[in-house]
Amino acid sequence: MSFMGINWFKYSSPQAFHPLAGKMIPWFSAAALALIGVGLYIGFFVAPTDFQQGDAYRIIFVHVPAAWMSMFLYVIMAAWAGIGLGLNARPSFMMAQAIAPTGALFTFLALLTGSMWGKPTWGAWWVWDARLTSELILLFQYIGIISLRASIDDLRRADRASAVFALVGVVNVPIIYFSVRWWNTLHQGASVSMTASPKMAATMVTAMLVMTLGFWMYSFAVTLARVRCVIAERERQLSWGKNASIQQVAEAR
Amino acid sequence: MQWGSPSEFWAMGGYGLYVWTSFGATALCMVWEVLAVWRRQAAAAVERRDVA
Amino acid sequence: MSQPSMSEALRGVVRRDLLLAMRHRSDVAMSVFFVVIVASLFPLGVGPEQAVLRMIASGVLWVTALLACLLSLGRLFTADYLDGVLEQTLLIPQPLAVLVVGKVFAHWVISGLPVVLLSPLLGLQFGLSGDSLWVLTLSLLLGTPTLSMLGAIGAALTLGLRGSGLLVALLVLPLFVPVLIFGAGAVTSSLAGIGSEANLSLLGACFLLSLAFAPWATAVALRIALE
Repeated sequence: MSFMGINWFKYSSPQAFHPLAGKMIPWFSAAALALIGVGLYIGFFVAPTDFQQGDAYRIIFVHVPAAWMSMFLYVIMAAWAGIGLGLNARPSFMMAQAIAPTGALFTFLALLTGSMWGKPTWGAWWVWDARLTSELILLFQYIGIISLRASIDDLRRADRASAVFALVGVVNVPIIYFSVRWWNTLHQGASVSMTASPKMAATMVTAMLVMTLGFWMYSFAVTLARVRCVIAERERQLSWGKNASIQQVAEAR
Repeated sequence: MQWGSPSEFWAMGGYGLYVWTSFGATALCMVWEVLAVWRRQAAAAVERRDVA
Repeated sequence: MSQPSMSEALRGVVRRDLLLAMRHRSDVAMSVFFVVIVASLFPLGVGPEQAVLRMIASGVLWVTALLACLLSLGRLFTADYLDGVLEQTLLIPQPLAVLVVGKVFAHWVISGLPVVLLSPLLGLQFGLSGDSLWVLTLSLLLGTPTLSMLGAIGAALTLGLRGSGLLVALLVLPLFVPVLIFGAGAVTSSLAGIGSEANLSLLGACFLLSLAFAPWATAVALRIALE
């Protein structure tokens, strides 16, 4: 398969991917810095004050991108996990492993900034809204995946077991979203309408989208850097394993 | 431009605490993550050289 | 020698697991006592007001059932894993997912069914009466098999790992959330006089969905664990 004259399959091996990722990281980092800078400028200096929520609404410039990224990254991680299981491809498991911590971080940030936004607008740090609850469960799933991987020593099993759990979680989150929404219609008192948000000015949407793009670029850069670590660490483990076995053979003799 | 003075900017119309906590926490987390990956990479690189 | 059919294999697995459980009857009794004790602690902590207890009854009893299922998950595959039977099971020509269904069913009979049968009594402790008592039992009857089914995935993924008890809780509890919402919701809505049919049918949908996917995922996880 060649696209633009490049043999893409070459990069499916970790050894070839390691330097390629190294070359891409600076570009993604620069793009992330530039986009986040522009996004912050538009968000703080161009976008007008909201007539209903005042300046508290500016939290959405980090909250919404973080929430989107937390979900995007989960889906992407699950996709890599699925590809890994289907094709038995080591690099895709490595990608899934590298995405998980960043995804968990964005989920945590989405929850934190969400409550920072909720306190002044709803008067409560936390409400059991469908989005909030599914975001919380998403965080639990990220933590589950990371700790499942951490507690399995055998790399092959760790890869595949966490992949299975990531895929199960993909089904779970939408079910939770709808079940909580349905549940909220029953408990009328606690529900706060988030869909009835005021109409947003074009500059607000622009700032939000630019920030989201910036977060995307940041995620690319960080995951690629982390995938490089994973590749290096696994190589090391492999060569250690070889050395150890040579030693054992020598001792056995 | 809707900010008359820097202090007005930091006050964020009375919501400064919420807004700056959100942005500050996000920035802190991102910087921390970058540093953590950096350190991990440095550690991996050192051990790689050891092995080679 | 003729090969046993799929349903024969399924029956064989169920019979074997139930027989083993009957030989360790104290294990079964323990999960029942666990439920009774935990459910009895709540009124002592919250206070004896009937109205409050009636309000929290569905949630408390459902969370108790959830925990009972969670605590018994260790038994699902571990013994077979340790004595090598599980490895032999993977070699059986019948699809592994079907055998998993058998094991999960046996697990439910041992750990879920006692809770279901006990629930009217526990409901009475919390001041539930008549209709809502009946709905509680029905919701547990529909929901606990789903819990066993989903729990099997976690049990298979964490098979033989250090600290697997806590890990399985971390993995499985998020998956239990929809069942908890619909199960407790059924009782709450029957108390509110709205009618619990919608919640109960959603519980049924959860059961069918998990019956379709969970055994298959568990089979994949078991193969990964035993590679």
